[in-house]
Amino acid sequence: MSDYESYLKGSPLEVQVISRRFRIPNITSIDVFLAHDGYKALAKALKMKPEEVINEVKNSGLRGRGGAGFNTGMKWSFVPRQSPKPKYVACNADESEPGTCKDRPLMEYDPHQLLEGIAIAGYAIGSHQGYIYIRGEYRYLMDILDRAIAEAYARGYLGKNILGSGFDFDIATHTGAGAYECGEETALLNSLEGFRGNPRVKPPFPAVVGVYGCPTVVNNVETLSNVPAIILNGADWYAKLGTPKNGGTRLFCLSGHINRPGVYELPMGFPLRRMIEEVGGGIPGGKKLKAVIPGGSSCPVLTADEIDVAMDFDSVAKIGSMLGSGGVVMIDEDTCMVKMALRIMKFYAHESCGWCIPCREGTSWLEALLERFHSGAGLATDADTALDVSYNMLGKTLCPLGDAAALPTISIVKKFRGEFEEHLKLGACPYERKAVAVA
Amino acid sequence: MGFRGQKIEMISDALKSKFDQVIAHYPSKRSAIVPLLVFGQDEIGHVSGELVEEIARRVEVRPIEVEETIGFYSMLHRRPIGKHNFQVCTNVSCMLRGAEEIMAHCERRLGIGHKQTTADGLFSLEEVECLGACCGAPAMQVNYDFYENLTPEKVDALIARLKKGGA
Repeated sequence: MSDYESYLKGSPLEVQVISRRFRIPNITSIDVFLAHDGYKALAKALKMKPEEVINEVKNSGLRGRGGAGFNTGMKWSFVPRQSPKPKYVACNADESEPGTCKDRPLMEYDPHQLLEGIAIAGYAIGSHQGYIYIRGEYRYLMDILDRAIAEAYARGYLGKNILGSGFDFDIATHTGAGAYECGEETALLNSLEGFRGNPRVKPPFPAVVGVYGCPTVVNNVETLSNVPAIILNGADWYAKLGTPKNGGTRLFCLSGHINRPGVYELPMGFPLRRMIEEVGGGIPGGKKLKAVIPGGSSCPVLTADEIDVAMDFDSVAKIGSMLGSGGVVMIDEDTCMVKMALRIMKFYAHESCGWCIPCREGTSWLEALLERFHSGAGLATDADTALDVSYNMLGKTLCPLGDAAALPTISIVKKFRGEFEEHLKLGACPYERKAVAVA
Repeated sequence: MGFRGQKIEMISDALKSKFDQVIAHYPSKRSAIVPLLVFGQDEIGHVSGELVEEIARRVEVRPIEVEETIGFYSMLHRRPIGKHNFQVCTNVSCMLRGAEEIMAHCERRLGIGHKQTTADGLFSLEEVECLGACCGAPAMQVNYDFYENLTPEKVDALIARLKKGGA
């Protein structure tokens, strides 16, 4: 179980939609959930036409919370409903983008909200089977979800003829076993079929050819958790919570050098500066901010001068980064950015599935280069070589892991070039030397 | 007799019925490979040869196909590991909050390094990637249990408790 205090410190600036039930005692039990509007949205949706459900979600401006930010209703509308093949909903609970820990509280504190969202998605696309693909490390959450699923079956919210509507829907949890790559939607589908989690060529997209060759919608936990509130309160209500084309709220995970690390639900477009200073309580020890990772480690880093940005998909893209998965990592002035680049690359080198050569070779070359450079044995040409290798990975792989490794590297080399020069000049890491001097 | 001459009966009846239940979730039996490996490993302690054989038989593939899938996933262990597997996250959020010190402390206290097991078989240690515990950094998992906001003192207390036979 997670340490409650670490995640839900709360802030008066929060707008709680999907986290509104987190603090209700025993909310994981279906009776308590039902007493708090539980499964009302499913009952409402079952009285609507599937197309109406899709349009409602489309008009709400809900965009994929896994990181890509694609309009969710639009994604659902790509499923060929007239296809005779069975259709599937795959809920992506393989949360593993470094800095991201928001799906965890959603499953831990309100599992029925997620089940309700998955069932509504199933009804909308004409599916009768949903899978929750959950990372192997999150075993306790799978147990929580399995209990919630059993309760939902017992009370008629899952299974045959749900609420007398004639709609049948089953949900099963499916455990992964440790692989970041399986969070990528086509790799997830391969893994769900019992194969190695390598990505597939797109197109065809999963909405047309997904798991078992059948139309499949793959949505993130947070995305699906938003659906009940949208159906219950309407698309306009949800859209107005955010900014144009960025409906609603989102869970931001503040971590790293921040006084109040935690998961906070804030409106889309919330200013990053206020997120750091007012919600997160600033940088510990009165230190200066040096950089921010705005949405998980695959996003280009922002410098302290770039934090006057609205945290929505389009505004962050406009300044050359990504809103990503909501993992906001603060980095203070005493942190070595070469080391940051190295640690990020070590992760991607470890997680590259090896399917595409630019990613497999690029990540391990860059890890070796950055390791050597950080140790003080760098060459004057290394920074440019790192850029060159990164640019040769960008857009040259089946899945976005290659980009995810290249983008932060490019941003760090370009924005913190001075730190590379310092390493070269000193023949050592200036930050580690400082630490030794203080000790 | 099964793989490497060991008996298939090593797998409990409870696990066998769990296997049946899981396989029934899918239109294709093969889908159950990873979950069965995980549940089997939970009971046996590692992915044994007879477990691979048993799963292959149940999902109707060749054992080599199960092996091929196993190789992709970092949580599946083909050899026995310690009773308490310390998995210390050193990824960015944890690194910024002292994870390297926690890892070094575990190495010193347990007397083992990355992916090693103590001679008594009680502890294993592993440096792992992001566990999704970023707001409780630095964090680690011991088997499936999360330990967050770690300090060297908290690690010491945990090791002492586990040595005494505590859960």
